[in-house]
Amino acid sequence: MNQIKNFTKGFIKENPVFVLFLGLCPVLGVTTSAINGIGMGLATTFVLVMSNFVVSLIKNFVPDKVRIPSFIVIIASFVTIVELTMQAYLPSLFEALGLFIPLIVVNCVVLGRAEAFASKNNIFSSIIDGLGIGLGFTFALFLLGSVREILGSGSIFNFKFIEGDGILIFILSPGAFIALGYLIVLVNKLKKKGA
Amino acid sequence: MERRLSMSNKESTLGNMVIALLVITFVASASLGGVYEITKEPIAAAKLAKKNSAISQVIPEFTNNPGDEEYKIPVDGDTLYFYPGRNGDQLIGTAIETFTGMGFTGKIKVMVGLLPDGTINDVAVLEHAETPGLGDKMERKKSDWSLQFQGKNPAEFKIAVTKDGGDIDAITASTISSRAFCDAVEKAYKAYMNNK
Repeated sequence: MNQIKNFTKGFIKENPVFVLFLGLCPVLGVTTSAINGIGMGLATTFVLVMSNFVVSLIKNFVPDKVRIPSFIVIIASFVTIVELTMQAYLPSLFEALGLFIPLIVVNCVVLGRAEAFASKNNIFSSIIDGLGIGLGFTFALFLLGSVREILGSGSIFNFKFIEGDGILIFILSPGAFIALGYLIVLVNKLKKKGA
Repeated sequence: MERRLSMSNKESTLGNMVIALLVITFVASASLGGVYEITKEPIAAAKLAKKNSAISQVIPEFTNNPGDEEYKIPVDGDTLYFYPGRNGDQLIGTAIETFTGMGFTGKIKVMVGLLPDGTINDVAVLEHAETPGLGDKMERKKSDWSLQFQGKNPAEFKIAVTKDGGDIDAITASTISSRAFCDAVEKAYKAYMNNK
């Protein structure tokens, strides 16, 4: 399989947020600022790469009927490792994301890739797939986080460029849906042009 | 789907399913135990550092270690933690870790620094989950709202939002968060005065 294609498909063609619509709960929840989006994206990428790696490693030892529970245990372990490590070494990021880190377990992107890709492909392709999809996820969260932060707080990466408040609704949950909706429109338009 | 069928996945028997799950859960729990051990101390240190920085923010300069003299008072089904700050032998202020359950989205933890006569020296938010852009203005780094507590003595200054007949201007569009914050401060003050 062409590894470059395998890696880049996560950004536009099979972007987990804009095209596959997977893992939307953390997407809508944490993207109140660009930096939160990146933090959550990278945490998810780590879990994706590690779980894809392990799932691909053990795919021939796990009997078919118990594969889903096995995958969930593996994913949950990596999520807890991320949670503890972040709490220990990046306490301020943990404070911002804390609530959403455990939710990576139920992020269907991670289980989806384990089931649809890693359990059928070799270790190297699985790692590349995890990395590509993970970074695509990070990219989507960063984009949505930036839009919401710019419109909602009038700042980017906590750097304020207009005085006072922005359009508050973009910081609140309805704004997440609105911003995501328009971003999806945009991505679909770009995709059509490319095809 | 067809790819799954063509795969050489193992036939499931009771024996190999039990063994596979046992091995996976064993390895998972062992590695989690390991990570827990490694991160235990840094996590405790990070929490302590945060608490200590909040204590030194809310009370005047002290020479002792307030964390060593911690005492607790149970209030409303939870506990308030008191950290007395001394300069030599003289008590110069007490940092109180207080809480409220009245927040817009759950519990808020606040560190309140009281001078010996009960005057509020300063306040600092420890933990909250209030709406970003609205209720989170209670954080000093987001807005100057909490400055209005400085130097006020709750004996003559009513710690409640103006809507409730108090003297605190609520955060615009976040009366519930402001009210909760006042509740936490009030709780600390009352407990302090009752146990003086």
